[in-house]
Amino acid sequence: MLNDLTIATAAERLRRGELSAVDLTRAALDRIAATEPALNAFLTVTADAALTAAADADAALKRGAAAGPLTGIPIAVKDVIATRGVRTTAASKILEGFVPSYDATVTRRLRDAGAVIVGKVNCDEFAMGSSNENSAYGLTRNPWDLARVPGGSSGGSAASVAAGQALAALGTDTGGSIRLPAAYTGIVGLKPTYGRVSRFGVIAYASSLDQVGPLTRDVTDAALLLGVLAGHDPRDSTSVDRPVPDYAAAIAGGVAGARGLRIALPREYFAAGLQPDVERAVRAATDVLRDAGAALHEASLPHTEYGVACYYILAPAEASSNLARYDGIRYGLRAPSTGGLLDLYRDTREAGFGREVKRRIMLGTYVLSSGYYDAYYLKAQKVRTLIRRDFERVFADADVIVTPVAPTTAFRIGEKTADPLAMYLSDVLTIGVNLAGLPAIVVPCGLDHAGMPIGLQIVGPPFGEEAVLRAACAFEAATDWHALRPPDVAGREAPR
Amino acid sequence: MSLRLGNYESVIGLEVHAELLTASKIFCGCSAAFGAPPNRHTCPVCLGMPGMLPVLNRRVVEFAVRAGLATHCRIAPVSRWARKNYFYPDLCKGYQISQYELPICEAGWIDVPLEDGTKRVRLTRIHMEEDTGKNIHDAHGSASLVDFNRSGVPLLEIVSEPDMTWPAEAGAYLRTLRSILQYLQICDGNMEEGSFRCDANCSVRPRNTMALGTKIEIKNMNSFRAVERAIAYELERQVRVLEEGGTLVQETRLWDPDREETRAMRSKESAHDYRYFPDPDLPPLVVSASFVEDVRRSLPELPDARRARFVSVLGLPEYDAEVLTARRDVADYFEAVVTAHPNAKAASNWVMGDILRLVREQKLDDAPVIERWPVTAAHLGALIALIDGGTISGKIAKTVFEEMLACGDAPAAIVERTGLVQVSDEGPIVAAIDQVLAANGAKVEEYRGGKDKLFGFFVGQVMKATGGKANPGLVNALLKKKLAGS
Ligand SMILES: [Zn+2]
Repeated sequence: MLNDLTIATAAERLRRGELSAVDLTRAALDRIAATEPALNAFLTVTADAALTAAADADAALKRGAAAGPLTGIPIAVKDVIATRGVRTTAASKILEGFVPSYDATVTRRLRDAGAVIVGKVNCDEFAMGSSNENSAYGLTRNPWDLARVPGGSSGGSAASVAAGQALAALGTDTGGSIRLPAAYTGIVGLKPTYGRVSRFGVIAYASSLDQVGPLTRDVTDAALLLGVLAGHDPRDSTSVDRPVPDYAAAIAGGVAGARGLRIALPREYFAAGLQPDVERAVRAATDVLRDAGAALHEASLPHTEYGVACYYILAPAEASSNLARYDGIRYGLRAPSTGGLLDLYRDTREAGFGREVKRRIMLGTYVLSSGYYDAYYLKAQKVRTLIRRDFERVFADADVIVTPVAPTTAFRIGEKTADPLAMYLSDVLTIGVNLAGLPAIVVPCGLDHAGMPIGLQIVGPPFGEEAVLRAACAFEAATDWHALRPPDVAGREAPR
Repeated sequence: MSLRLGNYESVIGLEVHAELLTASKIFCGCSAAFGAPPNRHTCPVCLGMPGMLPVLNRRVVEFAVRAGLATHCRIAPVSRWARKNYFYPDLCKGYQISQYELPICEAGWIDVPLEDGTKRVRLTRIHMEEDTGKNIHDAHGSASLVDFNRSGVPLLEIVSEPDMTWPAEAGAYLRTLRSILQYLQICDGNMEEGSFRCDANCSVRPRNTMALGTKIEIKNMNSFRAVERAIAYELERQVRVLEEGGTLVQETRLWDPDREETRAMRSKESAHDYRYFPDPDLPPLVVSASFVEDVRRSLPELPDARRARFVSVLGLPEYDAEVLTARRDVADYFEAVVTAHPNAKAASNWVMGDILRLVREQKLDDAPVIERWPVTAAHLGALIALIDGGTISGKIAKTVFEEMLACGDAPAAIVERTGLVQVSDEGPIVAAIDQVLAANGAKVEEYRGGKDKLFGFFVGQVMKATGGKANPGLVNALLKKKLAGS
């Protein structure tokens, strides 16, 4: 089936002329039409633009022109990433009908590489959430089990790739938002080093943590997409001016890539609270890596337990400021308000933001307010430094760190919505990576007793994407977990 | 202006916002030019659209360092950008990017010339920030519009220590500071257009006490005069409140120039918690020592140094040097005149007298007048040369100058065209003297009898008889001889 192809195989067949981009795009659009009633992964499907882009791609392929690495490949883009001329809402009512006049740098890079953008995918509102239940446009369902969440906040991105609606998707990861849904839906998700990929045009949640990355079917595709996305952008002052390595070369060794790899296993990440199936699968995965020639040792990241608290101070602080621009004055929603200016702001923000967004804005406003700044924000910054140093110490004698992604597999819809704190704990194993600005990949490494996917997280030092990809590729080459697909949900309706 | 503070003394500190003369805005490539149609100079970045990020304009840093060095500040090797959060329609991101706890310049000072000497005013800090847009309320009150042309234009905020005590000192400080910024060519200093704005912090306390009184901030003053009057009003008001047994609350007050009084802003507007925190979109700003040295080397001669040079090298009186160096454009013009004809005192008299008078009359106080001035420095130099060479008298020169103002021609051409050449032949002058003495026989007798004062009368009559063209030196000499009885 066309929808099961990886980017690498599809690109090869396109180049050989065995497949047309229009056919591939049509297959994706058909798949979207058939599965959306069950999944609700898309907020906007850009069918016409996609078919036009696909026809252009076919023409380019026919000319034999220097085709881009993604020429003719259908890709979905998370709705917090600006797409010129295409509605971009961050899954929020407050950006209802907002059509940017600009492309995010990552969108531009996709287009320049020849990709066919099939639409904008659902997410937690402003990327705030761990379950994709916070979208103003309805939740997205996990294709493995429609009663479960796909993980957040890039849940739409993950579901679309897992269900064959697109060959890959872009997500953003602030506290685990690429890796958690990748793990919950059995695909590969890569969060690059902070500064590796431009944030220009990415609707900010927490600027010092956000990073764009790919969600794909395998590690090869993740490497391919990272190569397209990475690189210095003069329009983003936090983007790092540093050459982009040849990521394809980094994974060329396949299973042999694990040979001599020094892998640290942080004991705090295997602590109590881990679902037994998850722990078993991750331990088994580390055995696979050892068998392939990696050297494993235990390590400690002693400040891990402060990660969630630290994150839920810093991220809301930045969010409260980043979201101040949505005031009903210039674009998006404006609430009908008969009062003065303050009423207009209040009524617009009251009507436009969802519960979780409001919760975080209030948290952030509180921790930044005078009198509390030192006790919360400043303290959290210090903790962040300690967490970063923990990782530095471990990477002094390790190439990568291997951990579980989440304490559990995908949970049931509604299970944690009433308990924000329980929800926040879903991120406990991913947040440290963001606080330290590190690269990390998630690859499928098993199924639990209910048949839900389990992910393996491989973390690297800053700009250690090559090591991370090498380890992930070695694991993938030694196992078949990445070849598993969820049941076909085409033609099904969302359960009530 | 007399100030009645009774048993109280006053403490004044000033915060100045100076808009920088960079070609582009601080965080995007849009033009920073003044006066374009609304929202012409905007882009997604300076409109704060979703996903947009700031990229620092290096030139702004250079300007800030220039200002810091010229005011003896310490330049911070690492400074930081902060967000100042508040809601207002002209603030498109909901926060202003500024510097807070780590500004680029700290701990400087400037020497302010006062009538009775010089006063050193310390500067707490100078930091960079972006300007906001501007709300425009339509006359019917039915709509408010926003113009974002100024949004993202770079500003320096220059904060003084509370080192001033009198309104006039505050005025002198502002004039000196503006002059320095103009010399550095980083701000045009135009208060009316808002490119040089000032807020004043004032308090009063019983004489000879140490603790500062309740600080009150005054905003909305758009001329030097307004600053001085607003501060004077406010200090007297504070004393009045205290003497009547009242208490002052820390607040922000607006100067109302029509009613000549300050009034409290609504408390909602002033009760802000800006929730400053480091801007995560901008890395810390690192300024290398070599960058600072490069800027230091490129600094122009500043008013203090120029004043001293005018006195020591050009031999000008202190007062002249002070007046001429207050504005860089005036001083430049004066120096160009001296280059054209090296009579510094004469040039000084012309620039301080005729030229600055016209500047004042035409209310060109804030504009770079000299660039648009019809009388070029070369022409003024040539005019002085004509006087010094005896071609025209000082009196004729005034007429020629008026003509130069009107048509912009060279003085020699005007003299030739109008025949205003000085008469230096003895013949016609002697004839005129003879005529005047004959017509005033009685006065001649009085003069010869010892009434020396009449000499001026005779000079005047002779000048009149020659249509003002007679060489005054010659008139003097010949008259003396004639009156002496030869
Ligand atoms: Zn702009």
